[in-house]
Amino acid sequence: MRRRFATVSMLACLLAALGFLAAPMAMAADDVAIVGTLVSPDGKPVVGVAITVEAEGFSQAATTGADGKFSIPVPKGGTYQVTVDETTLPAGVTLANPDDASRSILVLNGQKRLLFKLSVGGESTNGSSDGAGTDTSDNGLVGQVSQLLVDGVLFGILIALGAVGLNLIFGTTGLTNFSHGELLTLGAFTAIVLNELGINILIAAPLAVVISALLFGWGQNKLLWKPLRRRRTGLIASMVVTIGLAITLRYTILLLFGGSPRSYQQFAGQAGFEIGPVSVTPKSLILAAIASVAIAATVLWLQRSRIGKATRAVSDNPALASATGIDVERVISVVWTLGAGLAAFAGIYLGLTQDVSWNMGQRLLLVMFAAVTLGGLGTIYGAIVGALVVGMFIQLSTLIIPTEMKTVGALFLMIVILLVRPQGILGRRERVG
Amino acid sequence: MDLGFVFGQSITQAIGVTAIIYCLAAMGVNMQFGYTGLLNFGQVAFVAVGAYSVGVIVVTLGLTLWLAIPISIFASVVLALVLGIPTLRLRADYLAIVTIAASEIVRQLVRSIALRDVLGGANGINGKMGQEFHDLNPFPADFELPFLTYTRQDLWVVIVGWALIAVLTLLIWLLVRSPWGRVIKGIREDENAVVSLGKNTYVYKMQALILGGLLGTLGGVIWAVAKQSVQPDNFVPDVTFFAYTIVLLGGAARVFGPIIGAIIFWFLLVFVGEFLNQAIQAGWLDFLEPTDIGPIRFILVGIGLMSLMIFRPQGIFGDKKELALDGR
Amino acid sequence: MAASDRLGPRALEAQAVLGQVENRPGVPKPDPILVADDVVRRFGGLAAVDVEHVEVQRGSITALIGPNGAGKTTVFNLLTGFDTPDSGDWTFNGRKLAGVAPYKVARLGMVRTFQLTKALSRLTVLDNMRLGATSQRGEKIWASWLPFLWRSQEEEITTRARGLLDRFSMLPKEADFAGSLSGGQRKLLEMARALMVGPELIMLDEPMAGVNPALTQSLLQHIKGIREEGATVLFVEHDMDMVHDISDWVIVMAQGRIIAEGPPGVVMKDPSVIDAYLGAHHTKALTDSGESLTTSPGGEQ
Repeated sequence: MRRRFATVSMLACLLAALGFLAAPMAMAADDVAIVGTLVSPDGKPVVGVAITVEAEGFSQAATTGADGKFSIPVPKGGTYQVTVDETTLPAGVTLANPDDASRSILVLNGQKRLLFKLSVGGESTNGSSDGAGTDTSDNGLVGQVSQLLVDGVLFGILIALGAVGLNLIFGTTGLTNFSHGELLTLGAFTAIVLNELGINILIAAPLAVVISALLFGWGQNKLLWKPLRRRRTGLIASMVVTIGLAITLRYTILLLFGGSPRSYQQFAGQAGFEIGPVSVTPKSLILAAIASVAIAATVLWLQRSRIGKATRAVSDNPALASATGIDVERVISVVWTLGAGLAAFAGIYLGLTQDVSWNMGQRLLLVMFAAVTLGGLGTIYGAIVGALVVGMFIQLSTLIIPTEMKTVGALFLMIVILLVRPQGILGRRERVG
Repeated sequence: MDLGFVFGQSITQAIGVTAIIYCLAAMGVNMQFGYTGLLNFGQVAFVAVGAYSVGVIVVTLGLTLWLAIPISIFASVVLALVLGIPTLRLRADYLAIVTIAASEIVRQLVRSIALRDVLGGANGINGKMGQEFHDLNPFPADFELPFLTYTRQDLWVVIVGWALIAVLTLLIWLLVRSPWGRVIKGIREDENAVVSLGKNTYVYKMQALILGGLLGTLGGVIWAVAKQSVQPDNFVPDVTFFAYTIVLLGGAARVFGPIIGAIIFWFLLVFVGEFLNQAIQAGWLDFLEPTDIGPIRFILVGIGLMSLMIFRPQGIFGDKKELALDGR
Repeated sequence: MAASDRLGPRALEAQAVLGQVENRPGVPKPDPILVADDVVRRFGGLAAVDVEHVEVQRGSITALIGPNGAGKTTVFNLLTGFDTPDSGDWTFNGRKLAGVAPYKVARLGMVRTFQLTKALSRLTVLDNMRLGATSQRGEKIWASWLPFLWRSQEEEITTRARGLLDRFSMLPKEADFAGSLSGGQRKLLEMARALMVGPELIMLDEPMAGVNPALTQSLLQHIKGIREEGATVLFVEHDMDMVHDISDWVIVMAQGRIIAEGPPGVVMKDPSVIDAYLGAHHTKALTDSGESLTTSPGGEQ
């Protein structure tokens, strides 16, 4: 096993009276471990707090030592539930949000930040503040909401990258592509291959986007979908084909690259910085900025360029577009290329901010579908709006529901929206006959 | 290399407990997808409902299996209604998206820490399930033939399972040959045409969804009773797509399709797995490791699903006349 | 003028009655089976249909014509409940139909066909026909396990289906999959299937589109036959020869509105009608003879 370590930094909200503050600490162990230090804002260690780390078939508890440090070795990378035993917190100190006591985190190589909001004097009538703060729970909530909103927008932009391609392909061909998630995975792994060949990710990433767009977008359409359209394979049959393709691709990646998550060689463990109550890493800000530009460029392209306008015409009515001299097959080809390129970018984005694994795209597929359904199948603005809504909903929902359930919440939202407004937020009613 | 063992395992599994479970799930998919044209991509949720109903009622609550079965049926109908009401008025793809999402919702809910006390979290529910059923076992001992070996318990499940499938197949055969069957096949071909002839297609689609879901749920009940263990990660979307592959292998909209499909599917899957395993042990395939067998089997399923859907949706024994019609 | 050869009694009656009716859009008729008021349907900002008032005379063959995009198919969709208008009311046999589900509209006796034929490909021709029959006891899910409940009804239905197939010269094909039929045969099948519902008003959306010319004459005879048996026919068509040949009354739509009504000979000389077609088909040559509108090919596919 490769030498790996994971660090969990528990960052206190600066506005909280008391918080965890942990310096990243490397563990020179063969196994992954979750380590951290609990410090109050005045720099004193918080001693004797019980922390439990749990996963499937695994449970380990530890208590912060005299230096406020704790270390819990875990068998492998993966998702763990980190629980802070509130009863062991020093007197007068509580978690601002009781649901926060138990959080699920993804442990990989590198560093992970986790925010536990603390407040002092949970019961204000008591007035038993230790002087550091007054009415801090309110500020704590503001801080938490801000952090989640920022996380939500960043996640939403990532979803939008995937959803825009999904929706363009749906719009022009009518195909609901259940293998779109694998386009993300393929993009991320193309970049991994290049990266591991020694190419810096700054170069490998754009290269991988171009390769994916041509190979997995243009090529896929050319080799699979164009012949199927020529055979006049129905849409329902095609959807089943996308399922078969998704399974084939996913397990081929698993076979070739194995099941353990990977990271790119650069920017893996980037430290975050704080803007007010919000902590972000520079890489996710930069990635989100580039992604926004890419999405904006796509929208502009659809509105301004000749082929972009043709794309919209084909989405509207393929037969009519064809009759007016638009080369529908060319438009579809361009859309597949573009869609796969955006998806590859989304995959690399996901890989840089989290990890690269064989089922990363599959895990995001349903979230992308939720975004697209929410916004309206086939409408490009709908996909973007839907993605942002879903991204923020997923993050903000953790204020109320357990973190492990956040995706469930988004999928549930999708079903409710379908009941109330089936055509999505921005969708139109269809014409029959 | 012990080809006899490979063969024996393949045959045993081809008509074994797992094949029965998947056959039932596939019969449901055949009702929904094959006859009615409904894309239920969340069939595994119905299987999970069956398995977990037994797990919760029998192990968590300590009640009888005979109560668990009606409750599982009730839960299955409720799930079908929840999925069907928002989506069956919409285009086919909405049902596909919502059902696959629902199957993931169900899986995440049953594995959640919040509901761990009832549903067992990630470890699932383990323990004696359906003792009442196993007490009825008339067989005195394990069953052994050269190529067919079952434990006493499995033998009882296998015999009751196939008998159940036989009865259900007869009922489905009557159903699809009746005017009701004509309506659902019409919906598959073109729903608006059927509407224009005065049929309330929404009701028919709902009935087909419920019926197909129930078949999956029965598979889930058998799962719990036979395996005495239900775990959330058994119920991933791949189960649904195995069922689709089985339906296409046997031929969509054929009464015996799921039976033929399930037997061939599990024979091939086990054969490939065991054969590769033996070949790797024998040192013939140095570039592979035993852990690669799983992904390889999945890849074969994926390729199979694609090729069958494209080239032979009417099944490997399908009729040529229908093949000529394809392309719509 | 309307074909005077072999006119049946109901045709003569309809033409006599309609002869008394004024030739203007929205004109009331003595015995309307279908009446629509202020039916508006917008797609985006565009009013695809904006019909102030229209009536269809019982027992007539009425043609609905107009250039591409005039909103004819949308009118069909709206009236039969397949699409929902933004506003409007309409009655069939005096019964209000706004908001009524399309399958109920069909059961009430107003049955439509589609522009792109909807033959149920992987059902046999005979099963396509049987599906059309209403109130089938065997269509209840539980009844399928009790065949004795519906056997006799099924036999009646089959006899009736065979009778219709025979009339449409399709009996030899009864065991074939509908998907193996030619385009024209599918049109015939769809029409025959609609008759299985027992409609009082049958609405045909481009019955001639894509039909082999050899079949055209027999199709026309069938439509005339439908009327002689007591049904009312409303149809959308592009083929002006056909409109001329079989319709008693023509309603002309352009840009969602009704711009003219009257017997075919009169309407086709109406300058506003010619303008409407000219506006849409700049290149189409129009003769200035009585047979003013040339056959316009193609449909709104």
